[in-house]
Amino acid sequence: MIKRLLLVLGLPVVLFVTWYAASASSENFYAPPLRQILAAFADTWTPARLRADVLPSLARLGTGYLLAALIGVAAGIAIGASPRLRAAAEPVLEFFRAIPPPVLVPVIMLFAGIGNGMKVIVIVSGCVWPVLLNTVEGVRATDGVLSDTARAYRITGPARLRYLLLPAASPQIVAGLRQALSIAIILMVISEMFAASNGLGFTIVQFQRSFAIPEMWSGIILLGLLGFGLSELFRLAERSVLAWYHGLRDAQRRS
Amino acid sequence: MLEVKGLRKVYRSGSREVEALRDLTFTVAAGELVCLVGPSGCGKTTLLRCVAGLLDPTGGTVTVDGTPVAGPPPGMAVVFQEYGRSLFPWMTVRDNVELPLRQKKLPRARRRELVAEALSAVGLEGTESAYPWQLSGGMQQRVAIARAVAYEPTTLLMDEPFAAVDAQTRADLEDLVRALWQRLGVTILFVTHDIDEAVYLGQRVLMLSASPTVVQDELTVDLPAERDQLHTRADPRFTAQRTRVYEQIQKAKLRRGNASGAAGELSSADR
Repeated sequence: MIKRLLLVLGLPVVLFVTWYAASASSENFYAPPLRQILAAFADTWTPARLRADVLPSLARLGTGYLLAALIGVAAGIAIGASPRLRAAAEPVLEFFRAIPPPVLVPVIMLFAGIGNGMKVIVIVSGCVWPVLLNTVEGVRATDGVLSDTARAYRITGPARLRYLLLPAASPQIVAGLRQALSIAIILMVISEMFAASNGLGFTIVQFQRSFAIPEMWSGIILLGLLGFGLSELFRLAERSVLAWYHGLRDAQRRS
Repeated sequence: MLEVKGLRKVYRSGSREVEALRDLTFTVAAGELVCLVGPSGCGKTTLLRCVAGLLDPTGGTVTVDGTPVAGPPPGMAVVFQEYGRSLFPWMTVRDNVELPLRQKKLPRARRRELVAEALSAVGLEGTESAYPWQLSGGMQQRVAIARAVAYEPTTLLMDEPFAAVDAQTRADLEDLVRALWQRLGVTILFVTHDIDEAVYLGQRVLMLSASPTVVQDELTVDLPAERDQLHTRADPRFTAQRTRVYEQIQKAKLRRGNASGAAGELSSADR
């Protein structure tokens, strides 16, 4: 137990201490001592600030991410379950997936303005692809014997979706959602950097433009912490949703 | 009652055609237990999938209880060979057995009752909340049998259900199938490649030819209704009938040897 804790915490502690020590006597204006950054962190990210800037960011992130998940899974199931639809849609999907999402920000700004809607659209337009393509793969790879079983017992329509297709594709869907989560965070920040009046990305750019360098660094650290927290939450959720999958895989490996 | 008339199945892939089933006609009376044996690659699985309504035949008809089969018929349950892939790994044993009943819109109390009965009939009390992959292979196949039993089918199809379990488990499961059949009065079509198993289990044994498949011969098994592994298998009548089936299957294999090229194509047809 203690050994594991050491293993998990070891590297972060080493990195932190190294940064702290190496930057302690830094004269460089752009790379201030970590001491200063930490002090700025405490001063900057007050509860009022968190509410005014972090909360809107999280709301955009959450809305965009959930919408993308919903659209991605729904469309993915439809496409994955129909070979004809898949043949027609797959090249187009691969094309859209290949476009780097940040490129879309200026385009989307043109017709969606610079409000919250624009940010959500940007996040959705970037996140939906990994979810969609993974879902298609997952549905397509549904075991043939399992589908036959479901058909033989006349499990069709909504029941087929709920008891066969969704769970069968869930390992891949989760993999897609994991990729989408990091994309969502990136796009949240980028869209706020382009045009916004609040939010984490906006605040970090403001600090940079007003040469509040320790504050800027503190914002970047906060972003890192946020991403870490979200991915831990995701891991917990995955552990419970895919418990059967990990159990099954372990069982197969043992035999 | 299960009637198969002139069943024919041709697989097409591009310009290549593989005739898996040529002309199959047989009847399984209501409450009868019939075993189908044939040389490996003779299209047994193709036949079973056609009967189950999972595969559209190229010609001929399948009738279950007077209704022509177009899609999986109600009142028919199927037990597949690959138990590991036919149970839903994301569901507990109880949910696996219960799911088809839910689909039949049975009330909750009745469902619970049927699940409990079926699990105890196959000797799996106490495993309700386990996941299938936590059980041994033989136990998983028992769950699949319990699912079929709980469904209260009039017809039960079994596709080489014991081909992947060890010999002792297999003997137990054979006795289980006979016991369930006698108790429930269900019509069973049992597909196997094991000649001993066919003679031991069946009231009748249908022998299939090599692909393109026809019914090559038929044997009404002359053994008492009460069978057990020790005495039945030592019975001279058992040995004699086993030999007869064996000879027919050998003959079928030999014929395939002469029909050149067919063997290679068959493995793709007989999935």
